[in-house]
Order: sequence, then C-alpha cells, then structure tokens
Amino acid sequence: MSTIQETVAPAAAARVTIRRSVSTIAQIVVLLLLLATPLFVKNFVIFQLTMWLVYAIAIMALNLLTGGSGQFSLGQSAFYALGAYTSAILMEHADVNYVLTLPASALVCFVAGVLFGLPALRLSGVYLALATFALATAMPQLLKLGVFESWTGGVQGLVVTKPDAPFHLPISQDMWLYYFTLLVTLLIYAASVNLLNSRTGRAMMAIRDNEIAASALGVNLPLYKTLAFGISAAFTGIAGALGAIVVQFVAPDGYTIQLAIAIFLGMVVGGVGWLPGSLAGSAFIVFVPNVAENISKGLSGAVFGALLIVVIFVVPHGARQVALYGEALAKKFLKNN
Amino acid sequence: MNFRSTVSGLSAALAAVVIASGSAQAQKQYDTGATDTGIKIGNIMPYSGPASAYGVIGKIEAAYFAMINEQGGINGRKIEFISYDDGYSPPKAVEQARKLVESDEVLLVFSPLGTPSNSAIQKYMNAKKVPQLFVATGATKFGEAKTFPWTMGWQPPYQSEGKIYAKYLLANKPDAKVAIMYQNDDFGKDLLKGFHDGLGEKGSIIVAEDSYEVAEPSIDSHIVKLKASGADTFVSITTPKFAAQAIKKVAELGWKPTYFQSNVGASVGSVMKPAGFENGQDVMSASYAKDGADPQWDNDEGMKKFYAFLAKYAPDANRTDASVVYGYGEAQTVAQVLKQAGDTLTRENIMKQAANLKDFVPDTLLPGVKINTSPTDFYPIEQLQMIRFKGEKWEPFGPIISGEVRD
Repeated sequence: MSTIQETVAPAAAARVTIRRSVSTIAQIVVLLLLLATPLFVKNFVIFQLTMWLVYAIAIMALNLLTGGSGQFSLGQSAFYALGAYTSAILMEHADVNYVLTLPASALVCFVAGVLFGLPALRLSGVYLALATFALATAMPQLLKLGVFESWTGGVQGLVVTKPDAPFHLPISQDMWLYYFTLLVTLLIYAASVNLLNSRTGRAMMAIRDNEIAASALGVNLPLYKTLAFGISAAFTGIAGALGAIVVQFVAPDGYTIQLAIAIFLGMVVGGVGWLPGSLAGSAFIVFVPNVAENISKGLSGAVFGALLIVVIFVVPHGARQVALYGEALAKKFLKNN
Repeated sequence: MNFRSTVSGLSAALAAVVIASGSAQAQKQYDTGATDTGIKIGNIMPYSGPASAYGVIGKIEAAYFAMINEQGGINGRKIEFISYDDGYSPPKAVEQARKLVESDEVLLVFSPLGTPSNSAIQKYMNAKKVPQLFVATGATKFGEAKTFPWTMGWQPPYQSEGKIYAKYLLANKPDAKVAIMYQNDDFGKDLLKGFHDGLGEKGSIIVAEDSYEVAEPSIDSHIVKLKASGADTFVSITTPKFAAQAIKKVAELGWKPTYFQSNVGASVGSVMKPAGFENGQDVMSASYAKDGADPQWDNDEGMKKFYAFLAKYAPDANRTDASVVYGYGEAQTVAQVLKQAGDTLTRENIMKQAANLKDFVPDTLLPGVKINTSPTDFYPIEQLQMIRFKGEKWEPFGPIISGEVRD
C-alpha cells in the first residue's frame, strides 16, 4: 500500500499554480490530439483507438477502486462481461437503442458491484484480490450456463449489430463510434475527478490511507467501501458495453481472467491512483502486444513480458512518473526563459 | 443508307472493342491483394494464450506456402502469407481481421482458428465481402452458404461426427444404454447435438449425460458418476488431455463399455500413448485424415510427400501432432482453389472456385475421403470412416460414411 500513498500524496501547495498551468496545457494538447487523430488515419486504426479508449475506461474504473479506496480487484473482467452482455442482450433481444444500453449496463453492474462488495468487506489486501479473482474465473462459466442460453447464446455468444452514425452524418460507423466512445470517456473522466474531489472521494481516500483513523473520524467504512466497488463496477460495465458494440460480438471466451489481468496491468503501468495514466496503461495493453508480435511471432508472450519488466524496472510508478518528469523539465524550461 | 451503314459499322467496331476488352479482362482480373506477381493471404492464429498448441497449424501453413513459392508459386504468383496472433480472444481477432483486410489488403483470410474468433469476425468478413475461407474449426455454423456466402469450413462439422456415431450405434447396438460426457463449450455441444439428431426418436437410449469445464484439473468424478448410471456404452466428447484421462479412468474402474472417442481427442501421440495402449484397446472413433504417428502410412504416397515436406520445410515440427497434418491438408486445399481460380483472382471467383471443388484429395486424407463442394454445399469434408484402436494404432473398418448435416 505504500506505493499508492507515495504516488497519490497531494502536491505541495506552493507549486500548485505553475503545475496547474503545465497540466492544463498538457490536457488541452491531449484532447486536441484525441479529437483530430481519427481524421487522418484508416478505419481499422480508428477501431484500434476506440478499443484503446474502451480499455482506458475500464482501467480508470479500477484506478478509482484501487487508487481511490485502496481495495484490490482482479475481478474487473467479470463486471466488464456483465456490462457487455447486458448491452448485447438489450440490443439484440429487446431492440433497445445502443446509447440507452449504457446506463442499463452501468446500473446492472453497480448493483452487482455493491452485492459483491458486501461480502468483500470482510477481506482486505491479497485476500480481497483472491476473492475477486474467483469472480473473474467463474464469470465465463456462468455465461455458458444452459439456463441463460436463450439470452446469452451460450458458448456461441451473441452477434451485435453495429450502429450507424446518427442524423445522417457523413462519417463512417467506426469514426462515429470513436467520437461516441471519446465522449463517454470524457464524461467518466470528469465524473471520476469530481468524485475524488468530493466528500465521498475524500472519505474513500481516508479509508485507503488508514482505515482505523478514517472510522475514528466518523467515516462509514462499509458504506464507502461498497460504494467504491459499485461505482467501479458501473464504470467497468460501461466499458464492457462499449466494447461489445465496437467489437460487435460477445462470447464467454472474450472475458477470461486474462482480461482482468490486462486491466490490472494497465493500471499499474499507467500509475496507480493517477487517472490520466489510464490512457497510457491502456495503450500499453492494446498496442504493445502488437509490437511484441512484430519482434517475434513465436515468442510474442515472452517479448511482452520482457517489455513489461523493463517498464516496471525503469518507471515503477508508471506513466505518472514519466509525466512528473516531463513536468519538471517543462518547469525548468519555463524558468530559464 | 450511307449514314446507316456508318452507324452499323461503328457499332460493330464498338462491339468488337467491348468484346475484346471484355475478354482481356476475363484473362486477368484482380481484386485487392492479387497482382501479376503475388497473392496476399491473411491468417489469424492463437500463437499465444490458452489455445496456443494450435498455433503450429499456422506455422505449417506458412511452411507450405514457402515450399510453393520455391517451386515457382501458383500460376506464377508468389504467395505472401500474413499471419497474426489473436491469443484466442474474439476482440483481438476482430482487430487482426480488420488489420488484414484494411491495412495489409489481403485477397482472402484463410484458416482463421477457433469458433469464438471466427464467430466474432464472420459478420465483418461477409459485410466486406472478403472470403473467410476454410476456417479451422468444426463448428457446424460455418457452412451456411445462404446466410454467410463468404464463410466456408474445411474439416468435417462436429455435428456430422456425432451423427456418424449415432448411425453406427443404431445399426450395431440398437438396445444400448448410453452415457455421454462432453466438454462444456461450442465443440462439445455441437457434437452432442449431432449425436442427438442422429438418434432421432431413439433418444431414450441415452441414460446419462455429464459435462466438464476445460478448467477442471481432473474429470475422474464425472466418469465414476456416469458408470454408476449402469450404461454399457460411453461417448467421450473430449479434447486430448481429458480424452486420455477418461480412457485411463474407465479402464481403472473396470468398466468395459462400447467406447466412442471424439476425433479431436483421438491422436495416437497425445492421447492413446499417455492413456496407455492397453487401456485403449477397442476404443472407437471416426477419422478423415491419416495419423502421422501411425506406421501403417509410412509407405503411403501422400504421406511420403508429407514427410518429405516436413523434413525440408518444417524440420522441427512434430509429425505425430494432428495439427501438423491438419495445416498441411488445409494449405493444400487453398492452393488448389487458387490454382482453379487461374488469372481471375477476384474475391468472388475465389469463393466460386472454393465452392467448386470436385473429388479433390489432399495427401493427408484417408483413402476414399474426398473434398466436394458446391454453391449450396459449404462443407468440404463430410466423410469419415470408423476406426478402432488395435495394438498401437487405429485401424479403419467399415465403409466411408457420409454424415451430411442437412439430411
């Protein structure tokens, strides 16, 4: 837990102004890049970028849980699957508009998250991680159950129809989905930042830093811990729903424990507790496997592992560390001028 | 008059030009991915992840095309085989399929592996009208010529295999009491459905059914349960690891049922040997390809070619691995399709030729099994022969049986 405390410790008040200006500029640049890039690349790259954003949302959700309230989860793939299936079933069986399936997925996952959060209250640290791990392993099998087969399609999965751009906009389906996903990502980012800055967020972070102290200060531990689980699950569910719409297919094999580990990995690489790092973490899990495959087809897994070790070794706090370094450089540069 | 003759003369000339250009086009016609010198073929394989054992299929296919290129290519064109890893994950398969079609601009996607991955890309491939040819899975749904005219299977659909066991049972042991164990996934359920369909009204001879998950370390308890049902016939719809466990456990329990083992778990090298040859005696299965571990094929013309190919182009491949035989046969079939397509290398013609294979026999298929397709028949291999394990090898017996899905 010490790493998290270190990395999330609030910045010294004196440096706040210059820091804010640098980070504002960085945010604007990133936003402009996100808006403009699809205009210049092929459809399949747009598709990759969309998946990148989808995983970024899932990582952000985990970041909220782990970085925010200090609870570990290796079970995010279960909520991701739940969101994906909720959306797919609503779209294919009930003809619900894809936009409306997102809040539905969020709601279903929120309830599931809270329900799972209740028994998880008794566990902490690695034990909690193990419990969520069990959830992730069980999920694909639950999706295969014969009872649900008429809805879930069982082992064969469900094919989802890809939505067209609305209002007859002259852009491709891929580009529309990208901007739609980007909008959702920004909304969730804004919501997460506000949440962490609110009373609830402060209560969560108090729990993360010291449970006993927090409860002595009157923080309702069970409430905020389960709430953190619920919110994280809801956001993950939205990511899952978007993923289903973008990929156009859901099947139990798409949501194995590997996905949960990938999301966890993304969070660590992005920097635990640092929300913008989710984008970097997501880029790592989406694009680095392709790079690894280019280096060696037979040993792509080993190459990926080696790259991961290098990253963890050089920048143990992930993208956050790189960003801080960049900021320091920028400040130096500004001072000298 | 004069004017009229000029017009008719002109139109005749015009017609001649049109016809000439038309025939010139018929001589050489290309879609994206094909040129005078090369053909780009895309492929998706699980080189990593839970199904990485199958990745060897992609390696053998690549080696096969290397051999073709060394021999001068197909109709003078070199094959460029682009194979990507999807880790057996459907979302990744979609990404790789789109990369192949939109970025690498391949003419066709050949032998993508796995039911989940193929299900995920099927709609996309058909919308883009790019052939998804000879998918490496036996799921019956990949041969629906009407709904998905750009998707075709290759190996016998699992349902055919199930039907063949049912047919055999009804003919030879109509009063059997059957216990079935199946893997709880697309493969297990598909084969099970074929078996049920094959029994038809006689479904009541099934006295017990049980499924297991791939994640289970051991399936012993399932076998004990099935034996307790009092069945005298056992159908084991299993993949290699579990197939071996089942054969061993059945022998240990002293249960001596009429034993059917699904083809995917009937490899001599990876199933019968680890299970113990003495335990596997008289186990039955159905097969369409020769087993690379079986010495009876050592002097077979086709297998000699296969072994020569392995020695030169894939020296480190394990010839007892059924996937190696599989990759070779599939690559040979697509090569035949490209040969037939001649200089008309359009995506439409690729599908047309794939649906026009007549009595084609790859080197590695059992004698008598032939590949036949038509515009309404998108199941290339539908014939199987019953095999029985004797000593240390499978012995084919009885006729070649057809298990058409549509009867």
